[in-house]
Amino acid sequence: MATPVTETTSTASTEPHPLSGAARAVTARRAGSNETRHMFLNMGPSHPAMHGIIQLILELDGERVVNADVEIGYLHRAFEKECEGRPYNNAIPYTDRLNYVSPLINNFGYCLAVERLLEIEATERCQYIRVIMSEISRITDHLTCIGASAMELGAFTVFLYMIKAREWLWELVEAVTGARLTISYGRVGGVKADLPEGFAERTRRALQDVRKVLLECHTLLTRNRIFVDRMQGTGVISKETAINYSITGPFLRGSGVALDVRKMSPYFVYDRMQFDVPTGEHGDNYDRYLVRMEEMEQGMRIIEQALRQIPPGPLNIDLEGNVLPADIMVDEAKMGQVEGFQQAHVRLDPTLQGSTRGYHEAVNAQEKRAVLPAKEDTYGNIEGLMQHFKLIMLGHGIRPPKGEYYSAVEGANGEVGFYVISDGSERPYRVRVRPPCFTIMAALPELIIGDLVGDIIPTFGSINMIGGELDR
Amino acid sequence: MSPEPQPISILQARFPQHLLGSHRYRGQETVVVRREGLREIARFLKDDPALAFDFLLDLCGADYLKFGRSLTSAPTLATPSPLPYFMKPKPTTEIWERLVLNDEYRFEVVYHLYSSPHNHRLRLKVPLTSADPVVPSVTEYWKAANWFEREVWDMFGITFTGHPELRRILLYEEFKGHPLRKDYPVSKRQPLIGPMI
Repeated sequence: MATPVTETTSTASTEPHPLSGAARAVTARRAGSNETRHMFLNMGPSHPAMHGIIQLILELDGERVVNADVEIGYLHRAFEKECEGRPYNNAIPYTDRLNYVSPLINNFGYCLAVERLLEIEATERCQYIRVIMSEISRITDHLTCIGASAMELGAFTVFLYMIKAREWLWELVEAVTGARLTISYGRVGGVKADLPEGFAERTRRALQDVRKVLLECHTLLTRNRIFVDRMQGTGVISKETAINYSITGPFLRGSGVALDVRKMSPYFVYDRMQFDVPTGEHGDNYDRYLVRMEEMEQGMRIIEQALRQIPPGPLNIDLEGNVLPADIMVDEAKMGQVEGFQQAHVRLDPTLQGSTRGYHEAVNAQEKRAVLPAKEDTYGNIEGLMQHFKLIMLGHGIRPPKGEYYSAVEGANGEVGFYVISDGSERPYRVRVRPPCFTIMAALPELIIGDLVGDIIPTFGSINMIGGELDR
Repeated sequence: MSPEPQPISILQARFPQHLLGSHRYRGQETVVVRREGLREIARFLKDDPALAFDFLLDLCGADYLKFGRSLTSAPTLATPSPLPYFMKPKPTTEIWERLVLNDEYRFEVVYHLYSSPHNHRLRLKVPLTSADPVVPSVTEYWKAANWFEREVWDMFGITFTGHPELRRILLYEEFKGHPLRKDYPVSKRQPLIGPMI
């Protein structure tokens, strides 16, 4: 940028470009053209630099944004209405599709609300699993956010590196949940299945690799002149404005407010974890970038602590020495040969991995009116069968008493709230999601007014708008 | 427990005429207020240093039209068979009630407030009748209310007086009806809109 140019190229091509539009408007006025008019520009709904379908209507004076309006709702799928029409556990796949970059956090937030209504507490191991998986999701979310917005500023390498790191984390998620994106891993009262064998070791290795990637990206971005110039001083929001717009999460912390649901009202076992809440001070894109980078490091710290503290799961050792594949055991149960099943630990087949008896009790609350029995019990004894029937069949199901609860968890973008109202039936009477990027999007006009058109890109990138949770 | 008085008791002492009721359920505090007192209470909650609810975390609506009247939605089961002995619910001491005795009050607008200096949360509810679903806007105290109120208008058809531009936000202008109302038929067809030629 600041390198001296040779005399042949210096005349025409090296004009200071950011203000050229406004400067041109001024020259045009001086030259006697009788009026200057503002230009209207539609960005989106389909725009290469918009990570979702959203329309920005901009009023421009040259390149400067004078006024802006935001049009959302292109991805509205009636999440809240859909939830009212089906049993409690069936809403979980829908919550995956809210913030689809970190779906596990949504799962757990919803489960937490229903569990509180039912007055049940997840087991300790389950709570640790939820913490670990939430933090992995948070890191994947931040990696996506920073990677994508760096790419839009020209740093394509960073994007590739970060997506590679995200891939390693998604492999962990896949090993635990069986899916990468539509994970549906949470359950009311627990999680679908226990952690797979060797998970702790795999996670530690993955985190080591992610740390290396973060270091590389740090080197590539943090003091990179182009990146810093585009990020610093753009998209500025003051502490007071951010609070007035109810912005939460890394966006608020970038403005210097150290608010984090994990610290202020700890849920799961976050109160046993030691971690810092990083804050910025200027409230611009660059500070938000730094906050997110540091949050990933803190997330990894939490994961490592949780892996050290997590109470052990069931030992995969058969007490009687007879290791049975699940399908053979189910066949035997159908023939009534159920003796000794209470003690037998079975070898798992892939579809039931981590959800058979033994594992099931470790990660699910001992609450028969909310948690499905382990599959062996459903097939193996009458109590299990009845319990399964009463939870699954039409018209039965989980029935929390009349009441309401608002659960708040710290999502990757800020506070994710689930406000669930129960009228005592087996379907939620009302499920309301408090989407964290909704409030940030409401503040978007304030963020971009006064900036240049080109500054919208880093600002919008730092919002990390997720269409799924914005429009629901 | 913080030594300072709880938000509910402060409100009860200050606005006895506007409060319809309050309770604490599962550790969360709820205050039900009349809509006539909403703006006054909102300003007080935000500005009073002992309360200082600076965040309006969430604002949503709820339609109680069918509340408690749909114990089962299964077409063949009027009442489900009783639970087996090992699935009986635990006895609980906490009983939740709506705090609105009159069945006329069909809608509720629910405000979830958070005070960052005191780390308090409070749920504020304003019941509304179906004949007159109008409530004053709180956009002048919390800017976050702007989009939230637009969404409640969009989904429930509740009007917010004093809102700067109350128009649909998630749905399109041609949409007929307000889909989160309980009497909105789920299978209703809506007009198709295309590019304007």
